Amino acid sequence: MLQHFGKYLLFMSSLFTRTESPRILFNRTIDEAILIGINSIAIVAIVSTFIGAVTCVQVSYNLNNAFIPRSTIGFMVREMTILELAPTITSIVLAGKVGSNIAGGLGTMQITEQVDALEVMGINSSSYLVLPKILASLFVFPLLVILAMFLSIAGGYVAGTVTDALTAQEYISGIRGDFVPYNILFALIKSVVFAFLISSISSFRGYFTSGGALEVGAASTTAVTNSVIAVLIADFVCAQLLL
Amino acid sequence: MIEIHNIHKTFGDKKVLDGISGVFETGKTNLLLGASGTGKSVLLKCIVGLVKPDLGSVTFDGTYFTNNKLDIRQEIRRKIGMLFQSSALFDSMTVEQNVEFPLKMLSKMPKDERLDRVNFCLKRVGLENANRKMPSELSGGMKKRVGIARAIAPDCTYLFCDEPNSGLDPLTALKIDGLIKEITEEYNITTIVVTHDMNSVIEIGDKIMFLYEGKKLWEGTSDNILDSDVKELNEFIFANRLMRDAKKVEDEGGNL
Repeated sequence: MLQHFGKYLLFMSSLFTRTESPRILFNRTIDEAILIGINSIAIVAIVSTFIGAVTCVQVSYNLNNAFIPRSTIGFMVREMTILELAPTITSIVLAGKVGSNIAGGLGTMQITEQVDALEVMGINSSSYLVLPKILASLFVFPLLVILAMFLSIAGGYVAGTVTDALTAQEYISGIRGDFVPYNILFALIKSVVFAFLISSISSFRGYFTSGGALEVGAASTTAVTNSVIAVLIADFVCAQLLL
Repeated sequence: MIEIHNIHKTFGDKKVLDGISGVFETGKTNLLLGASGTGKSVLLKCIVGLVKPDLGSVTFDGTYFTNNKLDIRQEIRRKIGMLFQSSALFDSMTVEQNVEFPLKMLSKMPKDERLDRVNFCLKRVGLENANRKMPSELSGGMKKRVGIARAIAPDCTYLFCDEPNSGLDPLTALKIDGLIKEITEEYNITTIVVTHDMNSVIEIGDKIMFLYEGKKLWEGTSDNILDSDVKELNEFIFANRLMRDAKKVEDEGGNL
């Protein structure tokens, strides 16, 4: 465990030695951002819309009390979505999609000697391949989390009004009441932390793959499980430190 | 000229290279010959710096490489072209982008000059019309050719080929061997080829180093390899001949 952590730290430090020119780094980062971002919009949209809808229906079921105003449902959907569901669930979904993609891609490059080919050319393969993925994730994850926040709240609105759990006016009044702007900042900070963990852990797992196709599959699986555990631990630490 | 001195490498308990020394001359095709698992590829990787030897040194034209400053190692590496056993083409790039890649990364050549150079290199390896193809659309032999084109694109001084004939039919293997020899002589570069194919030895081996269980057992040329009195080398040659004869019988429709 400690040995892996030490290797991970050394790997991270290797990303910043012999980096490519800013132009190449920028172009590679944009390419990766498109791959990670655009390709993840659909899954993030589907997951977050349904999470908002389910949250609204379940909160409504639990708040079936005449003394609690129905607008509380909207308030709770907003709070749960912004503080926890949008950043954490989106990141866990992305750990599965983006994390396995990064680990699988790098693992395949490693076993087919493409990484060696870069090294022989005098290119720092870890910096060339991994740094743009991490930078792109740091840039794209917060945008996807913002999208997830909007769609979750919209999903809650649709579910709440369609099922007659509350009126549109009550929902809007709920999501506007007692709004704390810091919560948005908190969610975005979390998303950046999660982005770093997912992209770096998946890259680490993929980059050090050796063997064949079976090991590439194993690296992808390990990358996802490690990333999800790291996200959950970081979620708790962030909540303790920042709230 | 590349000199190696007393190279040792151990993986776990297994000693893979045991004090190998030698000189690989410029303008010649130097072969590392031996059966599978004798440490040829590991030695090649030690020379190019992909694997760090436990002991020993490598010198490129008098410049110390192993354990030297990173800048100097990088400078030498930029003069190296390498053809990998699996070709190692970047599978997300077209043939043209693969060959252009080292030029784009390592030189300040303008785009049009780069493309001229790419076209020249592809023509040199006989793949004039493959620019837009993806590696997945190429045959094994074509992949090797693209690998050679990518290796020579940045005007390399040293060319390393790790089993260039693996997975190829004998005719294509001969063509690839011929291409490597032609390029070595044409550009006066130092070429090291890892092989266990006796056809390559006869066709292109200017200088041959025979490895057995991590040790250098014999060194010479293709002219005197058959006169060697090294038992292990003679067994290796005999096994190769036997395989070739068996293949010939099989190709002619006979039963073994």
